[in-house]
Amino acid sequence: MKQTARIISIHAADTSGVCSMLYELGGMVVVHDASGCNSTYSTHDEPRWYRQDSMIYISALTEADAVLGNDEKLIADVTSAARDLSPRFIAICGAPVPLLAGTDFPAIAAEIEARTGIPCFGLHTSGMHSYLTGASEALEAVVSHFCTDSLLRTEKPTANIIGATPLDFSISGATDSIRAWLAKAGFELVSCMAVGSSLDDIRRASSAHVNLVVSSCGLATAELLRQRFGTPWVAGVPVGERFPAVLAEALSDAAESGKCALPCAERDATGSAKRIVIPGESIFSGSLARAVELDTGVPCRVLCPLEAEDRLLAPGDQRIFDEDAAAAAFAGASGVIADPMYAPVCPPDVPFRRLPHEAFSGRCYRKESLNLIDRPLPWRL
Amino acid sequence: MLKRLNGQDDMTGAEIPIRDAAFPAPFVSGLEYNAPARGPWNIVHTGMLIPESHQVFACAQGCLRGVILTAAEMLEMGRMSWISVDRNDLFDGSLERNIVDGTAEIIRKLPKKPRALLLFISCVHLFAGCDFEFMLGELRAMFPDIDFIDCYMNPTMRKSGLTPDQLMRRQLYALFAPCPADPKTVNLIGNDRPTDGTSELAQLVKLAGWELRDITLCRNYEEYMRMAKSTLEITYLPTAKASGDALEKRLGRKHLYLPLSYDFDEIERNLASLADALGIAAPDWSEAKRNALRALDRAKEIVGDTPVEIDYTATPRHIGLAALLAEHGFHVTRVYTDAMIEEERPAFERLRALAPDLLLTATVHAKMRFAGKGVHERGDVLAIGQKAAYFSGTKHFVNIVSGGGMYGFDGIARLADRMVEAATHEQDTETVIQYKGLGCRSCL
Repeated sequence: MKQTARIISIHAADTSGVCSMLYELGGMVVVHDASGCNSTYSTHDEPRWYRQDSMIYISALTEADAVLGNDEKLIADVTSAARDLSPRFIAICGAPVPLLAGTDFPAIAAEIEARTGIPCFGLHTSGMHSYLTGASEALEAVVSHFCTDSLLRTEKPTANIIGATPLDFSISGATDSIRAWLAKAGFELVSCMAVGSSLDDIRRASSAHVNLVVSSCGLATAELLRQRFGTPWVAGVPVGERFPAVLAEALSDAAESGKCALPCAERDATGSAKRIVIPGESIFSGSLARAVELDTGVPCRVLCPLEAEDRLLAPGDQRIFDEDAAAAAFAGASGVIADPMYAPVCPPDVPFRRLPHEAFSGRCYRKESLNLIDRPLPWRL
Repeated sequence: MLKRLNGQDDMTGAEIPIRDAAFPAPFVSGLEYNAPARGPWNIVHTGMLIPESHQVFACAQGCLRGVILTAAEMLEMGRMSWISVDRNDLFDGSLERNIVDGTAEIIRKLPKKPRALLLFISCVHLFAGCDFEFMLGELRAMFPDIDFIDCYMNPTMRKSGLTPDQLMRRQLYALFAPCPADPKTVNLIGNDRPTDGTSELAQLVKLAGWELRDITLCRNYEEYMRMAKSTLEITYLPTAKASGDALEKRLGRKHLYLPLSYDFDEIERNLASLADALGIAAPDWSEAKRNALRALDRAKEIVGDTPVEIDYTATPRHIGLAALLAEHGFHVTRVYTDAMIEEERPAFERLRALAPDLLLTATVHAKMRFAGKGVHERGDVLAIGQKAAYFSGTKHFVNIVSGGGMYGFDGIARLADRMVEAATHEQDTETVIQYKGLGCRSCL
């Protein structure tokens, strides 16, 4: 049945997505929860936690405060901490119990903003969706608030990277490699949302000619920037040897034409032929599928266990909602490229290539993380 | 960020000299930070102590993530399954049915049926009025050869009764039903690591000719269930006391709470109580006491005037430990504790008199985010506990949680030896304290 798994893992939740996306921007993030969300996030979902300080907290919600609707405690605690720590902004979001209690986060955010004078965003997490929805809403809220001025574009092509978090790219050097590849492709970076760039870098996002969306959690922000400033976006990750050139061309075309593009989904996975299946985040997995096909000629199919707009998937790609669906798809495949925590449901006669995904297996296989950006794929397929 | 006052970060509200501190809660509650010290066990680690058992967690994705990856890191994914709760489940009346059907499906898919199944529900189930008894009844009818245990991951209720940790330690023994007792058998209840065989507690049990049973030593389900037949229950961790009380009530067996202590008189009283329950005369503990004192002297010689910092994860009696060390001339400068337990009150008063300038420091206060890794430079520190090691930034620390299995005079001597070892050897603090569940296997 759906929502049940015997042995595989589960993806990081929306609250972790919020924290991960906003980690480096100088804001304060408060998850309205008893205790578990922060511990899970800081242990399993956040490789920066030990070495890089960030104001990520929980509210330490109690039963009495939840039952009695004591939102004043949350408001007062956030206000007090904000006065001590002077964050650039505040984001508050909730776990399951506030959802059940009907906590009104936008209203609470408005009250905190009025008391502190610091921009405050109330987000709609519940701990019941994946990291992509939380990261998406968090980034969109910040960009919507801070990127309001239409800045002049330079003559030299410029770009933002949108949607990068360690949940999708770990700390394997992949985001640095994307930056280097972008420079090699002739684009100057305005900001990388949200790894390695400051809030002030992001404020200048409107000066970019084009936006590169590297995870589906960046798509809403890219759309916002398109609507607000007319900046086109291109969805894809420059993995493998040949796909980076395709992506670079798509970026140049988009910068020139103003039209958005989805090279990650420009594939056809229909037909009954056996394919390598790649479960994971849609833009990365689609890019990898494209890269495998271009570099090796082996046909692929993306399996999408996460939230994704239809347009991010190619014809023949498959949404999988549970462990059984993953197992069935693996059984009919010529091979699997997936996080090692999918391995127990892969039949022994189907070749399984390990590709750790932090948002699925946390830090378990971080030492095995692969940087696939702009280089030959590591597998003989 | 934090304002610098007189060259120091402003830690007002996050630390306080013990002379000015209120007992048992020296700090105002507020937003909470989570320090990256992962040694203390959680409910998954504890539940895994039941041999041949399987865990099924029913909760929201965010909550599942932590427990699943706990099991994954300890290389026990084969004993962990899950059922996720989504928004609709809360409102369409399907909570119970989803859990029953999901658990049944999981059991049918397992390569081997578990002897016991620990079914965990979470805060939202309790808020939504989920009927746990009904679910367990259905599952027991479907799988009569499996023992089901109701378990709870409900941190929102942590201040409404037993904490999830206390509840888990109690539910570890929930399967024990009244039965004829095996003579001269005693259970050590609620611990997550074995107690040193050299401790006076273990020695006394041996001396009396009794058998000591402990879940941490059980190799199979039969050995675990044999604990149900023991004559006497002993607990020594505060988080385990409710387990002993529950067993006493349910099984009609005597429960002795002999709290882990660093106070010589209290230790002697505990051992006298145990000797009495075992039906033997209390031995003379003079030599054991002298051994402990000699070990403390040796440690003092090595540690010298190096500041000692202690945190609450190292031992539930962290205030008592600080008092013992201060009494023996150690330069104890800081204790990390967010709140204290009532049984620490006498030690608190003693410590306040002995070392009024000693700082009590919160670990979860929002300002502590910027107080880790030794940023508040204070030279070399000997830490006892992982959080003390993290905040002080030292590489010299005693790596223990929950008392480390050290008990009695022997425990004090061993702890003193561990202090010597810590003072003379460096550890890679960042790596060591990030292993989850100290003593468990790890894939990291």
